[in-house]
Amino acid sequence: MDVVVCVKQVPDTEQPIRVRPDGSGIDDQGLNWILNYYDEHAVEEALRVREKHGGTVTVVCVGPPRAAEAVRTALAMGADEAVHVADPALEGADHLAVARVLARVIGQLRYDLVLCGRLATDDNASVVGAALAEYLGLPQATAISKLQIGDSLATVEREVEGGVELVKVPLPALFTVERTINEPRYPTLPGIMKAKRKEIRTLGLADLGLEPGEVGAQASRVRYTRFEPPPRRQAGQVVTPDSPEEAARVIVRFLQETAKVL
Amino acid sequence: MEFGLSEEHRMVQRTAREFAAREILPVASQLDAEHRFPTEIVRGLGELGLMGVMVPEAYGGAGMDNVAYALAMEEVARACASTAAIMSVNNSLVCDPILRYGTEDQRRRYLPVLASGREVGCYCLTEPSAGSDAASLQTTARLDGDRWVLNGTKAFVTNAREAWVFVVYARTEEEPGARGISAFLVERDHPGISVGKVERKMGLLASSTCEVLLEDCRVPRDNLLGRRGEGFKVALSTLDGGRIGIAAQAVGIARAALEESVGYAKQRRQFGRPIAEFQAIQWKIADMATRIDAARLLTLRAAWLRDQGKRCTLEASMAKLFASETAMWAAHQGVQIFGGYGYIKDYPVERYFRDAKITEIYEGTSEIQRMVIARNLLS
Repeated sequence: MDVVVCVKQVPDTEQPIRVRPDGSGIDDQGLNWILNYYDEHAVEEALRVREKHGGTVTVVCVGPPRAAEAVRTALAMGADEAVHVADPALEGADHLAVARVLARVIGQLRYDLVLCGRLATDDNASVVGAALAEYLGLPQATAISKLQIGDSLATVEREVEGGVELVKVPLPALFTVERTINEPRYPTLPGIMKAKRKEIRTLGLADLGLEPGEVGAQASRVRYTRFEPPPRRQAGQVVTPDSPEEAARVIVRFLQETAKVL
Repeated sequence: MEFGLSEEHRMVQRTAREFAAREILPVASQLDAEHRFPTEIVRGLGELGLMGVMVPEAYGGAGMDNVAYALAMEEVARACASTAAIMSVNNSLVCDPILRYGTEDQRRRYLPVLASGREVGCYCLTEPSAGSDAASLQTTARLDGDRWVLNGTKAFVTNAREAWVFVVYARTEEEPGARGISAFLVERDHPGISVGKVERKMGLLASSTCEVLLEDCRVPRDNLLGRRGEGFKVALSTLDGGRIGIAAQAVGIARAALEESVGYAKQRRQFGRPIAEFQAIQWKIADMATRIDAARLLTLRAAWLRDQGKRCTLEASMAKLFASETAMWAAHQGVQIFGGYGYIKDYPVERYFRDAKITEIYEGTSEIQRMVIARNLLS
């Protein structure tokens, strides 16, 4: 069972995210860049599939040179191989364009399964995985919380309103994973050392036979015009009642009269 | 000049930070209250490669360097200083001398198990009447056929209650002082070694500190570690790396005090505003952060020097001295910022205060560090 996992490098949201004063984007000064959490779960799931069924895990990433560190993290978790497409012409590429580049890379690989995170925590778009399945002509299920591989058929679970949806999907297929699917392993120190010795195949658009006009900013349907920080949250109201009973009364009154939800 | 961490060092830092946040921090206060050795956590640290950071991969370790070790140590100590002490002894005081001075057989026998976290080691140098003056130790070892026979009492041995292998320093020669000392690898199951009194301590309550008794303790002749009569050299070169580990541990404790203080100062209100808005608190926070940063830089510089194969006795002593005094001072400020709440066990700064003190004492007191530093400058 050969598995391809798509990964993205995103800013660590544990640190404050600031918008540039001119609104042209996120201020990347002092940001920590990490492997997208959802993709960590996708890598973990791929490793579990390999541990159970054999095969290889290949990581594919489209992103600037700094994104190599996210790829290296996936290798340190235990992935076997990696392809990183880094090309200045991809600056400004939208989600569909990124999906087209990924499709070109993955189309040249041997695979039975493609896994993606459900979304990336930078722009929360949830587009690339689904679009990639379309470009590859693969059946797909999004936001899965459980994956079982059978003979030429995968059974997946999706958490839906009020229950769980069971879907049987013929392989090869693409799935995007929810964070509830597993608990990702930590990259171990020996794993980090091994990852250092693994090769990341770095490609430009020309290596893939792609033109900037097909996948770069010109080919993109989405253009960011302006970023604004969300409005500041109002300070909370602190009450210091004398007893738990009094606290409950204050909160009930607040819910009834101010929030009007009771 | 390059102050940034390499990609793999950032990865090590992140692994240690996330493991500490998820697995250690939630139980740290409980481990302290119950005086409980964190067996499962130590095993987890072993699986990550943190119990044998500098042990080469061929011997089951991570094959990394002192900088990686210092970074990981800070993260673990940020969550639990006791766990950091257990990790530090195993890495610096047991794995390191076996790696540097052990025979191939000794390395193969001990390192894979110690690096895995399934067993830990301990370091037996100090004696009831030989502390800072370690060269005056009185434990003896004499050769009897194919066995060494050891007799004496060791004091303040971290990890002793749980340890599988004991690095024991004993006098093999007639000569007094440093020259007559040799190092030995003694196993828990060797006849004649036993763990005596388990000390009741002020801090580091989740790690054991014990007396170790050697009564006609017989160990195979091949369990001599390093050359006969060169034990004190083993002990001292081990301590260079050990001091880097303790410095990093101290930085972790100090950072814990700072981070908790920042969180508390922002939410604790007095006189109608968060206490973080008072200059008295702001200055404490600013001074804590500045000293912690300086301590971390000294620590990483010493670690880097050791990684370059350069002598770092002076720099390791400076790092250990400054970082440990910073830990004590920062914990002191932390308790003060928390006020009455800092004095009770419901908040963690009380534990930091108790844990910080030992970093000024073990692996060379602050006074010994100042002697080492002064000797380097004046000799």
